Amino acid sequence: MCLISKDKMESMASTEKLRFVLDGVKSGNIVVLEGGLTAEEQMKLIELTMIEVSDDFPGIEISGYPSKRGGFFNMRRKTRLTVVGPAQKMKTIKKGKDLISTIISSS
Amino acid sequence: MMIRKRMRDGFSRWIMALFFRKKAVKIGIYGPPNAGKTTLANRIIHTFVDENEDVGVSTEVPHETRRVVRRGEVQIDLTAIPLQNPTTSNPNAKRNKAKLKLDVVDTPGLATKIDFRDFMAYGLEEEEAKRRAKEATEGVIEAIKWLDDIDGVLLLMDSTEDPYTQTNVVIIGNMEARRIPVIIAANKMDLPDSAPQRIKNAFPQHHVIPISALKGDNMELLYGEMAKTFK
Repeated sequence: MCLISKDKMESMASTEKLRFVLDGVKSGNIVVLEGGLTAEEQMKLIELTMIEVSDDFPGIEISGYPSKRGGFFNMRRKTRLTVVGPAQKMKTIKKGKDLISTIISSS
Repeated sequence: MMIRKRMRDGFSRWIMALFFRKKAVKIGIYGPPNAGKTTLANRIIHTFVDENEDVGVSTEVPHETRRVVRRGEVQIDLTAIPLQNPTTSNPNAKRNKAKLKLDVVDTPGLATKIDFRDFMAYGLEEEEAKRRAKEATEGVIEAIKWLDDIDGVLLLMDSTEDPYTQTNVVIIGNMEARRIPVIIAANKMDLPDSAPQRIKNAFPQHHVIPISALKGDNMELLYGEMAKTFK
């Protein structure tokens, strides 16, 4: 499991961030991102994943807390935590606004 | 005299149509696999265009739609259709007179995972399952790319399933970020396990219309909401 700090995430460009996450997941890791991914980044991650789906890599399981509004006049969307894992290893059981339950298998 | 008047009126209409023609809005039907997107697209076309024309085929096998299909110039005119299901419509209610011209864009189901082995569980041979999985991944990419060209989204959810999936959250988040209007249709309301209220609770900031695209329940309500939201 890789726990990635918000500082590390913010130091990377958007595409670099997605490549980093997908490479980690394809290596079999569960990647937990402090600060999370935006909805647009998650959509791009799904697109990138679909390009790389193969017989051995069927895709990803992704889950995250929904973003919150904050900042000046509540104009800014503040992302929170996102967890991404290989679909064959991770399965989300329950997802709420502040709770994510997953099963992670070693196979 | 009469002929001259008709010619003048015809010319005026042509000028008006030329300069004030309302472009059809492109409405994407999005959602997870097997939510009933193609059934809904077919229902819209059967009602407003031709009851023998199908946009696509619906089956129980996921990812049956693997290419985006666009059916242009669909005129939704609520005054022109009979009540679709008199048992679920209030005959005393004032009829909605809204009109809307749209292009219906039926999209492949969005998913984060496509495993060819899942198709084999539906009786497909390995080679066929792998081909279908490959096409399904391309379909997901195509559906995502279409988001750049869409004016509004009909997000279809299966009301018998937990709606709070990351795919649904991501679609809604993207629409909100792009300021594209969204209507959520809670499909399969005819099934005993249907719970549209779960969808309303999960996404309280959006309009949720319970429907059955298969049986035609509540379609008038959905068309009315579409005409209001996407005009």
